[in-house]
Amino acid sequence: MSNNLLEVKHLMVSFTTEEGEVQAVRDVSFSLKRGEILAILGESGCGKTVLCKSILRILPENGSIKSGDIILNENNLLKLSPNSMNKVRGKEISMIFQDPMTLLNPTIPIGKQIMEAVMIHQKISKSAAKKKSIELMELVGIDDAEKRHAQYPHHFSGGMRQRSVIAIALACNPKVLIADEPTTALDVTIQAQILDLIQELQERTGISIIFITHDLGVAAKIAQRIAIMYAGKIVEIGTAQDIFYDPLHPYTWGLMSSLPKMDSDEELLDCISGMPPNLLHLPQGDAFANRNKYALKIDYLAEPPMFKISETHSAATWLLHQDAPKIQPPVRF
Amino acid sequence: MKTEKILEVKNLKQYFKLNRNTIIKAVDDISFDIYQGEIFGLVGESGSGKSTTGRSIINIYQPTGGEIYYRGKLISDPKTYRANKKFINRNMQIIFQDSTSSLNSRMTINEIIEEPLLIQKIYKNKEERRKKVHELLDIVGMDKIYQNHYPFECSGGQRQRVGIARALSLDPEFIIADEPIASLDVSIQAQIVNLFKKLQHKNGLTCLFISHDLAMVRYVCDRVAVMYHGKIVELAETKELYRNPVHPYTKALFSSILVPDPDGAKERTRIKYDLHIDIHSKETSHLTDYTEVSAGHFVYCC
Repeated sequence: MSNNLLEVKHLMVSFTTEEGEVQAVRDVSFSLKRGEILAILGESGCGKTVLCKSILRILPENGSIKSGDIILNENNLLKLSPNSMNKVRGKEISMIFQDPMTLLNPTIPIGKQIMEAVMIHQKISKSAAKKKSIELMELVGIDDAEKRHAQYPHHFSGGMRQRSVIAIALACNPKVLIADEPTTALDVTIQAQILDLIQELQERTGISIIFITHDLGVAAKIAQRIAIMYAGKIVEIGTAQDIFYDPLHPYTWGLMSSLPKMDSDEELLDCISGMPPNLLHLPQGDAFANRNKYALKIDYLAEPPMFKISETHSAATWLLHQDAPKIQPPVRF
Repeated sequence: MKTEKILEVKNLKQYFKLNRNTIIKAVDDISFDIYQGEIFGLVGESGSGKSTTGRSIINIYQPTGGEIYYRGKLISDPKTYRANKKFINRNMQIIFQDSTSSLNSRMTINEIIEEPLLIQKIYKNKEERRKKVHELLDIVGMDKIYQNHYPFECSGGQRQRVGIARALSLDPEFIIADEPIASLDVSIQAQIVNLFKKLQHKNGLTCLFISHDLAMVRYVCDRVAVMYHGKIVELAETKELYRNPVHPYTKALFSSILVPDPDGAKERTRIKYDLHIDIHSKETSHLTDYTEVSAGHFVYCC
């Protein structure tokens, strides 16, 4: 058994729209190790949600996977029939979505919704399912589970709803959990609670988690490894320490310096000027070149390959090429 | 910097009647002043009454009790408000939190941003207005091509920026910004926050900045008030508040800030705020129990 539970290789995903083909994910490769939390970090529209939806093969109709492989436990998910894919969803890989309000059915009690998820993949009796669902509610930290089992989503606060959604996702003991911005809609205090919960669940069940976020602080708290996405590509990947203490890609530098520092008094924040490129008409060369303060001539001509710096850390920027000028990163950590 | 009071809120109360027996005290007897040229932060968790406060100030709700003075005019009084409506609307603008429901889905981006200019009759012809709209779109970092788009064609972040452009269109002197950056990406957040700072320095913009992003608030605001369950529990200058939080709720709130530092994040411990020693259970009869712990640093009932 290899150490990698899930491997994504050279994945290309595009959408057909009236204006043409949108390349949402361009040649993405990464692996998820057993029992780790990998954060995928990027701005909205960079393709992180599309990436995760393609792993589950739940893309909208106009989206298609052009090429690549997604390998879970030596099975290529892209080669499975729709029926066997249904057995993977929820049982092997499950997903938590951003908004707990829209995910839960407002007309069905929470407990019943969790039971539904339990019963779909397992042949167990109703009473056993109920028992299991109460256990799940206790696992995710819902007090008074027996009583709250019969309550409806509107009786629950935002944080409690997100907990119920996590309970549904964990119903069949999946091996991989994909969490798509699970804390974005929540308050800081509740966010901290949910992050603690996810970490605790990970330690207790040994599940592997792909955690999508746009918040550097969240990624720093929860992830062991971080992948930074920009315009459909992973531009830098490494351990949390690699990314935060020794970032290599200019986009990562930009993200870091646009955060307010808790202990300094500078007047203006550094920000990445301009906007992300239109994925309909990608520029030639590096997609980040026109926003990059450190762009070299070659950035406008050819896309940089992934340069491997250490066992764990790689980045796609020409600055790492042996002929490139040495630049002092602007990030002060 | 403290010069003239631009806004005075005195004992503002905003209650909502849920049914015959239940009254929600969304804002319960709060007072604060905002001075000319300052950015005043209002932080707290959702449901603490921050947005309601902003909405009461701009007269979306008629306050249940208390007074709001804007430039010495009692605007919480319907009569005074109506008499000064044009002056108030010209100078006081609001950026709403929910960009989807605050933009008319049947108007193009251009029409939305242009509308205040039309109503206030500031520019004579279409050409000048169009130029202003382009300028505003540029300020908030949006391309000109979006002017003919409809709100549903834009992403959440873009819609939010349209809301900001609309609020800025009349060059108001006072803006109520209700979570203006909550739905934006980090790099865009920095652009918008820099814009607020620039407007403050260049045009002397005054702002009520409502947010739950404590790191950003520390960076943007001159003074900060922390709200909890309809009360201001602590109010101080930003530096003082972040260096020396006194109220247990403020401490709990600050301890849940996430720092972009993986090793540091693991060492931090979160303080939990116990609802049972909640401020409401103490005494709610009179609001005289604000303590000034140091100059300009007020703590409620601690």
